[in-house]
Amino acid sequence: MAHRPEALAVLGRAVRTPRGVTGLVIAGCVILAAAIGPLVAPYSSTEFVTRPFARASSIAWLGGDVLGRDVLSRTLDGGWELLLMAAVATALGVAAGAALGVIAAYAGGMWDSVIMRVVDVFLAFPQLVFALLLVSILGPKIWLIVLAVAISHAPQVARVTRAAALDISERDFVKAMQILGIPGRRIIRRDVLPNLTSVLMVEIGLRLTYSMLVIAGLSFLGFGLQPPAASWGLMINENRVGLIANPWGVLMPAILIALFTIGVNTFTDAVARASLGVGRRSTEPDPLVDLAVEGATT
Amino acid sequence: MLIYRSLIGLLTLLLVSILVFAATQTLPGNAASAVLLNTATPQRLHALEVQLGLNKPAVEQYWTWLTGILHGNFGKSLANGTSVGTLVGGRILNSLVLVVLAGAIGTLIGVGLGVLAAARRDSVFDHVLSVTALAVTALPEFVVAVVLIIFFAAVVWHLFPAVSVFVPGTAPWSNPKELVLPVATLVIVVVPYVFRMMRASMIDALESDYVQMARLKGMPKWRVLLVHALPNAIAPTIQVIGLSFLYLAGGVVVVEYMFNYPGLGQALVSAVSDRDIPVIQFIVLVLAAFYIVVNILTDVISLAASPRRRLPRS
Repeated sequence: MAHRPEALAVLGRAVRTPRGVTGLVIAGCVILAAAIGPLVAPYSSTEFVTRPFARASSIAWLGGDVLGRDVLSRTLDGGWELLLMAAVATALGVAAGAALGVIAAYAGGMWDSVIMRVVDVFLAFPQLVFALLLVSILGPKIWLIVLAVAISHAPQVARVTRAAALDISERDFVKAMQILGIPGRRIIRRDVLPNLTSVLMVEIGLRLTYSMLVIAGLSFLGFGLQPPAASWGLMINENRVGLIANPWGVLMPAILIALFTIGVNTFTDAVARASLGVGRRSTEPDPLVDLAVEGATT
Repeated sequence: MLIYRSLIGLLTLLLVSILVFAATQTLPGNAASAVLLNTATPQRLHALEVQLGLNKPAVEQYWTWLTGILHGNFGKSLANGTSVGTLVGGRILNSLVLVVLAGAIGTLIGVGLGVLAAARRDSVFDHVLSVTALAVTALPEFVVAVVLIIFFAAVVWHLFPAVSVFVPGTAPWSNPKELVLPVATLVIVVVPYVFRMMRASMIDALESDYVQMARLKGMPKWRVLLVHALPNAIAPTIQVIGLSFLYLAGGVVVVEYMFNYPGLGQALVSAVSDRDIPVIQFIVLVLAAFYIVVNILTDVISLAASPRRRLPRS
């Protein structure tokens, strides 16, 4: 029976692999930049500092944006809200999805069919399109976007969790407890959930990457934070007309988004490998792990 | 099998249509006031409510909408009054060209690289490809698109247009230059998925007994690879190819917007900005139908492609 320490052990093993430490450092740097960025930014993100699309200079180290605001300050200020939204959406989505998956696996019968049929319906929407659908009616509100992304994660997490939970319920120790007459709720809390932690850790990492993709994508399409606020996705859209004059306005947010998703994904890959017990020889890519990781994305 | 899956697919599509309708037409703050925003006067609100049929019960509204679609009447755009059919019709083809091209090219590259990496497992080539794939898997489409634009359209070289300029009514393949960057963006996003899956299932197949046997017989290496291992590795990969087509259905939205490509995704983004509800309803329904059809095809093809699964279960 696995308990909390095992989840920590998996994380520990993952961190000690080259992939794990690389991913963690990359993602950590972006998070750090986004978190302390607003405090160290030389200007306010809405202050007009220079000419539109001015080249980098001693006044504005990365030049000016479409309205002549400081690209560096806007970059430093434009990440924390995005990361926070992605984190909350991921937490809500994984929690809801895991709950649905476990219920479907253990209640079985009608509940299982109803939940999985509803899951199928939600899976028919590309995540971004689902979020656009809700935004089109209620407007680009922050809570709505977070909720929409969380809802679009839940079905995918539910599928993976259900499969993993069904797998565990087939094992002897769960069957033994059922025969002993231990209530189902207690079996789930004490024995099934702890065994799902590895699966869920990988899911959290994958979903965090997708959250960032969708939320930054919405922001790029103009359905996130509204101008004049600074947000990485929005900055790319605003500044792409001036790509030739001052590429930094597009490059900086693009690089930070890319680094974050690459970091999270790399770390998640390390966790997936470690949870299958191959973390000790991680330099050797393992086909089974790739299958497991790919399987988890379906 | 095909018939059963199709029935389930139809049922799912029906449920999707109910969900789309419920989300757009019956959510609080009704559609009419959402469309008019601050230009709403009681008279205009009432007129629009009648036009949208919002004054009728929700079930009746849904029924009118659904039967309309089944008769080829998709409603009228609120933004400019043209019928949704003419507005969206040509765009479906444009988007399909983008998705099919990107899917086909991405699949070929992904499968090819996957086989090569598996054949030279643990070589430098394999490691470089695997790490690159891991990094690229996570990139959002617009980041890839921006990098391509910087390199091939704006800052470094000026080979391809950064924005599509389409004469209305021309087929998308009549100006191939405008297709290059949007398709390339989608290909780059899709290849890592196919590559990783192909590599993994190919390694699996290469380690199996029958491949070892073929090797021991002294069969040429390429023949072992292509004739014995590949057919057995292709079935799981078909699932991933199906998945990447599904992924493309969402990916086109951002890519079309980025390159101003006149497809469904671009129309969806502008319809969402204008709160043009009939257009949104129809495009979302088309995308969901695409998703369901691809899902069915994927299941059927991978069943046909995997010898083991065709056997009756004992």
